[in-house]
Amino acid sequence: MKRWLSKNLIKVYAFLAFVYLFIPIAYTMAFSFNNAGKSNLTWRGFTFANWQNPCGAPQVCNALGNSLKIGGISTLIATILGTMIAFALGRHRFRGRSSVNLLIFLPMATPEIVLGASLLAMFLNLGINPGFWPTVIAHVMFCISFVVVTVKARIASLDPKLEEAAMDLYATEAETFRRVTLPLVMPGIFGAALLAFSLSFDDFIITNFNSGTLTTFPKFVYISSARGIPPQANVIGSTMFILALAIVLTGQFVSNRKNRV
Amino acid sequence: MAFVAAVSKRSSVVRGIKRPSTPYLLLIPGLAWLAMFFIFPLINLAGTSTQTPGDSGEVGVYVQTFRFANYIDAFSGARDQFLRSFFFAFIATVLALAISYPLAYAIAFKSGKWKNLLLVLVVAPFFTSFLLRTVAWKQILGNEGPVVAVLKFLHILGPQSGLTASAFAVVTGMTYNFLPFMTLPLYASLERIDPRTLEASSDLYANGITTFRKVTFPLSLPGVVAGTLLTFIPAAGDYINATLLGNPRTKMIGNVIESRFFDIVDYPTAAALSFMLMAAILIMVMVYVRRAGTEELV
Repeated sequence: MKRWLSKNLIKVYAFLAFVYLFIPIAYTMAFSFNNAGKSNLTWRGFTFANWQNPCGAPQVCNALGNSLKIGGISTLIATILGTMIAFALGRHRFRGRSSVNLLIFLPMATPEIVLGASLLAMFLNLGINPGFWPTVIAHVMFCISFVVVTVKARIASLDPKLEEAAMDLYATEAETFRRVTLPLVMPGIFGAALLAFSLSFDDFIITNFNSGTLTTFPKFVYISSARGIPPQANVIGSTMFILALAIVLTGQFVSNRKNRV
Repeated sequence: MAFVAAVSKRSSVVRGIKRPSTPYLLLIPGLAWLAMFFIFPLINLAGTSTQTPGDSGEVGVYVQTFRFANYIDAFSGARDQFLRSFFFAFIATVLALAISYPLAYAIAFKSGKWKNLLLVLVVAPFFTSFLLRTVAWKQILGNEGPVVAVLKFLHILGPQSGLTASAFAVVTGMTYNFLPFMTLPLYASLERIDPRTLEASSDLYANGITTFRKVTFPLSLPGVVAGTLLTFIPAAGDYINATLLGNPRTKMIGNVIESRFFDIVDYPTAAALSFMLMAAILIMVMVYVRRAGTEELV
């Protein structure tokens, strides 16, 4: 027993770490089935009612809709702008390269509260009221850097011989890009878009500063946390978890299949 | 190996020279966005930080007087929260490193064909909302939750005491919430280690501990640096954990900036505090990165 433990100590430790990681998830999922009544703080019996009517709590689906809209628009813009920068950095030599790298790094090294406060101060000075579009602008701003880093890593991992082969076979530069480079970089762009969406969807601090009276899903949870969040929010959180997990596992499965062929 | 890398690098350089305007065209839209909505707001905030209340005495109206003493006033008013923020962030970072390193090590070296699945499982909890996870901790550790009940049953906790609304709960929440930022870079640098270097070490009669100390850990240092930074920076600026899991005596600098901005409408102090937070973090990052000797972060 003692020998087994010392041999597998690190595996036991990793298992415990996974248990720790999943405690709040298990809790959130379990309480999505709580027959909560007025307070979702304690367990009051099992029910499917929350799953049958996820919009049952006032405002929750309105907040979810806002988060999805903001996330979708911000992801689209940030992915396009970030991918362009990633190609410039990954495929070209030019002057001012290190300044560009610094400019990409800085937003990631700046605390969210500073990003949020500085943007709001500027919007107020310009007479722009916080709300939907200021929030989108803010989300695009902090997502760009993460897109650049993700896509750049993918570009750096490409074998340049594949593009050289295309050129050797008389493909023009544009054809090579469209038929060889872009398809190879696509998984990186897709991953970056997923990351941007989850960052945007999950953001609270910057959103809280720039959204005014607009409620997003994290803001809804924050506001209602004082009295225990309604079980419908647990339903939505659990659904997001299952959806994201399914997307990632499907992606892994597909890329495994492709590698085998 | 090195020769091939050098050659392929050369060829991509050659290709890049063809049309010198292309990179700039690709950069302009994204960089313009960052200039307008990241750099310009920071400059604007620098201006706000030296303003003073206008003569009219109206709430929220300030005029530019270049009063740099604002910084001293702001700091002396929030010194405790500043120090607490860095202290909490430091403890959370150390705890996250202690939890993540063995986990990343196990995934990188001991997981075999389960590697990819385990990696997904590390990130998976973070597919639910940050706020939901923190609220879940609040209720798990709360007075009506299971942990307190067990501890009270075992008489570890007195009948009147609890776990939430405490520094302990705030640090617990912070450690949990930033964990993947630690685990993923650690895994990335551990995974890159060539197993042959570890075999070479044991061939030279190093035992497991020596191999770890002299080979594995030094080679994983870039991951340690990246992970600690990615954990420390958001932790120092966070105020959600302090709000949901803490009490008035665990307020962090983020709480002060937020309330200066929204409750008191004292923009200059909020701006000065924001700048001091940013400067403090950037200085720490630079000193730390230089001492750790890794320049490649992005």
